[in-house]
Amino acid sequence: MNWILEIFLDILLITTAIVALQAKDLITSAVATAAFGFTVALLFISMGAIDVGFTEAVVGAGIVGVFFVAAIYRTTRKTKD
Amino acid sequence: MPEWLEYVHDRYAYWAIVFLMIIGLYGMLFKNNLHKKVVGMIIFQNSMILLFVTAAFKWDATVPVRDAEIDVNVVGNYLNPLPHTLMLTAIVVGVAIVGVAFALLIKIYDNYGTIEEDELLEKLQSPAPEDDDSEDSFPSKGGSV
Repeated sequence: MNWILEIFLDILLITTAIVALQAKDLITSAVATAAFGFTVALLFISMGAIDVGFTEAVVGAGIVGVFFVAAIYRTTRKTKD
Repeated sequence: MPEWLEYVHDRYAYWAIVFLMIIGLYGMLFKNNLHKKVVGMIIFQNSMILLFVTAAFKWDATVPVRDAEIDVNVVGNYLNPLPHTLMLTAIVVGVAIVGVAFALLIKIYDNYGTIEEDELLEKLQSPAPEDDDSEDSFPSKGGSV
């Protein structure tokens, strides 16, 4: 594992987490959550946990994003915070 | 390098994970929108999974798949696959929890018309007017027929 790559992925992880929580538009929040899940998957693969990595890539970037967009479609897109 | 700085520097992955846990806890506790609370829960459970996989990491070790050229009997040659399999189960449980959370959120929006927590609490405190209207309208309608 390259430590420069890992620190870069950690910074990307914290950035996407803050963007997902602070966004005014919920579609932005959904996309940032999917990016967060994919960054977690990249970090798993860089740490040698390949099986966890591809499961997290399917679940975190795919299924959670689809669930999120479907829930926004059934409810509302605006948020106050 | 002073001792405390070395303590921080050697464990930078854990510090990033602790910071991520704080962000997720902040989202679950202080955000007003129920979608944002679910996002905080996703961040928190991903940081917990990341903590266990990071704890299983060893320098100069390869993935837990047997290679004929690498000695299996030396512990430092392969990663420990037990935390990986446990966290695989945790990921699958986590996506089920997220699905149930979104289903409950859609039902709340159908019943109350809002997903902001303060408006929701206001509507829960005051007696629901549409229930009284439906109860009043039903016997009068039945009486007229």
